[in-house]
Amino acid sequence: MPQIAMRVARLVRRDSASRPSPPDSTGTGVGEVPTVSGGDPGTPEGLNGHVPATGDEGAQRAPGDSRVSLDIDIAPNDPIVRYFQEAPGAVELSTLRLFTSPALDAMRAAGVVLAVPLVVTGELIGLVLLGPRLSERAYSVDDRRLLDSLASYAAPALRMGQLAEEQKAEALRRERIEQELLVAQLIQQQFLPKSLPDLPGWALTAFYRPARTVGGDFYDCIELPGGRAMIVVGDVTDKGVPAALVMASTHSLLRAAAPRLRSPGATLAQVNDMLCGDIPAHMFVTCFALVLDPMNGRIEFANAGHDLPYLRTATGVVELRATGMPLGLMPGMVYEEATVQLNAGEQILLHSDGLAEAHDESRQMFGFPRVAELAGRPARGEELIDLCLSELERFSGAGHEQEDDITLVTVECTKSEAPNSEGDTLQELARFEVPSEEGNERLAMAKVASAVADIEMTQDRLERLKTAVAETTMNAIEHGNEGRAEVPVELTVLRGPSTIVVTVTDSGGARAAPAIAETPDLTAKLAGLQRPRGWGLFLIEHMVDHVEDTTEGERHTVRLTVHLQAADSTRDYGGSDGRDA
Amino acid sequence: MEETRDSGVGAATVVQMPGAVVLQLHGNIDRTATDALTTAYERGVAEQSGDGGRARVVLDFTDADYINSSGIAIVVSVLARARGEGRAVAATGLTEHYRHIFDITRLSDFMEVCPDLDTAVGSSIGSY
Repeated sequence: MPQIAMRVARLVRRDSASRPSPPDSTGTGVGEVPTVSGGDPGTPEGLNGHVPATGDEGAQRAPGDSRVSLDIDIAPNDPIVRYFQEAPGAVELSTLRLFTSPALDAMRAAGVVLAVPLVVTGELIGLVLLGPRLSERAYSVDDRRLLDSLASYAAPALRMGQLAEEQKAEALRRERIEQELLVAQLIQQQFLPKSLPDLPGWALTAFYRPARTVGGDFYDCIELPGGRAMIVVGDVTDKGVPAALVMASTHSLLRAAAPRLRSPGATLAQVNDMLCGDIPAHMFVTCFALVLDPMNGRIEFANAGHDLPYLRTATGVVELRATGMPLGLMPGMVYEEATVQLNAGEQILLHSDGLAEAHDESRQMFGFPRVAELAGRPARGEELIDLCLSELERFSGAGHEQEDDITLVTVECTKSEAPNSEGDTLQELARFEVPSEEGNERLAMAKVASAVADIEMTQDRLERLKTAVAETTMNAIEHGNEGRAEVPVELTVLRGPSTIVVTVTDSGGARAAPAIAETPDLTAKLAGLQRPRGWGLFLIEHMVDHVEDTTEGERHTVRLTVHLQAADSTRDYGGSDGRDA
Repeated sequence: MEETRDSGVGAATVVQMPGAVVLQLHGNIDRTATDALTTAYERGVAEQSGDGGRARVVLDFTDADYINSSGIAIVVSVLARARGEGRAVAATGLTEHYRHIFDITRLSDFMEVCPDLDTAVGSSIGSY
């Protein structure tokens, strides 16, 4: 049980106050009551015992009016509290012989002989403590009557003062909380994306509404090399500024890791490891991460203990399920990855627990089945979000204060046709082979350039396509076909309504498909921490709008896509794309 | 002027200028250029050792036909060496396309990419 420090005693010493004050001449307060025996603040008889006694006030006053204040801690469970509460008036400590009470011992040690309880509505709110009279006579009946009368006036006044103090402190505390909430909100808003990227054939919408106390929800969409995008939704346990700060670090770690690692599982694993060192012990972060390939509708996802998103398909609603621990609990966690294919008209709803775990007035939970049911309705994007919010309001009652942040993100495949159907309309411009000999990538590059010579595209785009073709062919020659000249690398050049597609096929099978390479880090290379090499995949991904890898038996094909018009792409000169990557 | 070849195989010519070693690169800056560029760097720097070993290194890509990822790796190696020796490195003669590549690989954060040779040689603003 915590010791509540009660500043209970201020002993008053006056050199000349040896006479008892007549009851009718008082009413002016503690200073008028009979006193402790005199002496300097440093050497009061009996006042320097085990109790901290300060002579500060006395030292500042006139020598004839010196006082000593002492602090005595009275534990709430000290039996003397109850005794004082029930005492009819002033209590002589010498009469309390059978008592075991630390506070009583402390008072005795400090030289207190008489204690006058200040009681308001049965509660002990203070004590007036007195030492022995200077005259060395006992306190008279009159003295005690005076003290009792004084106590009956002083107690309510003291209580009023205490209440005023408490109220002031409470007001300050409230103001500080409001201030904190404002700061938390500002941090939160700072890190939520101002807009979501425009992915052709896809509609992304997001909604975030903080609870008054501001939870640690966040969402983000991080563009990855190769035209893909990572969408994350997360929730930091706890509320207010601490949650907002952890949310901010998590957000930054995700942004830093995603473009390097590209895979949702590896990204979560790295963020988890980095977060573990810094996060306060009682906090953790749940987070769902998905990587969308807008060209083929393939979605890879991983989950760090977050509420499962729902996917509406033609045949019903499915959960996107992958296992993994929340971030920040334990380092070295592995995050399972799963994939799902989105087709036209299908939509994912990502959500935070602010929706599913909202309660109504009878403490019923909104619940996951309701969220799943909503996700299955034929509402798109904003419509679905509005639907969720209106259902929540209907459930919890109008004017109900939102308990936790609510975050909703929708990912919808809006293509009117299946994502891969552009293949039907692709026209073959050229098909050729090059022997797997070093340097033949330049041959492939030249042939592709001549195949697209009549097509209207900017010089920049053409140069970038050529570089991507050369690097891809080089990989096919060196890694796929292992430099066996007799095994050719096959290339096709295809034209779609708004794209050029180049496929490069080797016979290396799946083993040739390079593991997703980390973004080469020039600083590390210059410091000798990474090999100078390793730029091939990086260049390929930054040169074209889309890169895709497929393996069928021995045949491993890389498909490079460039848009003919800059408007179709976010990549162009002048931007800093890749610098963040 | 020496070691210039016409075959497209990467080659490098050393041109000494006051306070700067210019390595003129020719042909394909790919794996075939590794030895040529490394040797040229070593020789060029050795010849300048009279000035206290602080001559800057200028990579002139004007006559380079093609730079691939292996070429980028060679440039990274040269850059790492020069930095180890406390030398600034500048590049010139890059097409817009290769400037873009130098930007996205962040090479241009570590070497000054100049519009012409005079600027690259004369620039005293070290990008080291």
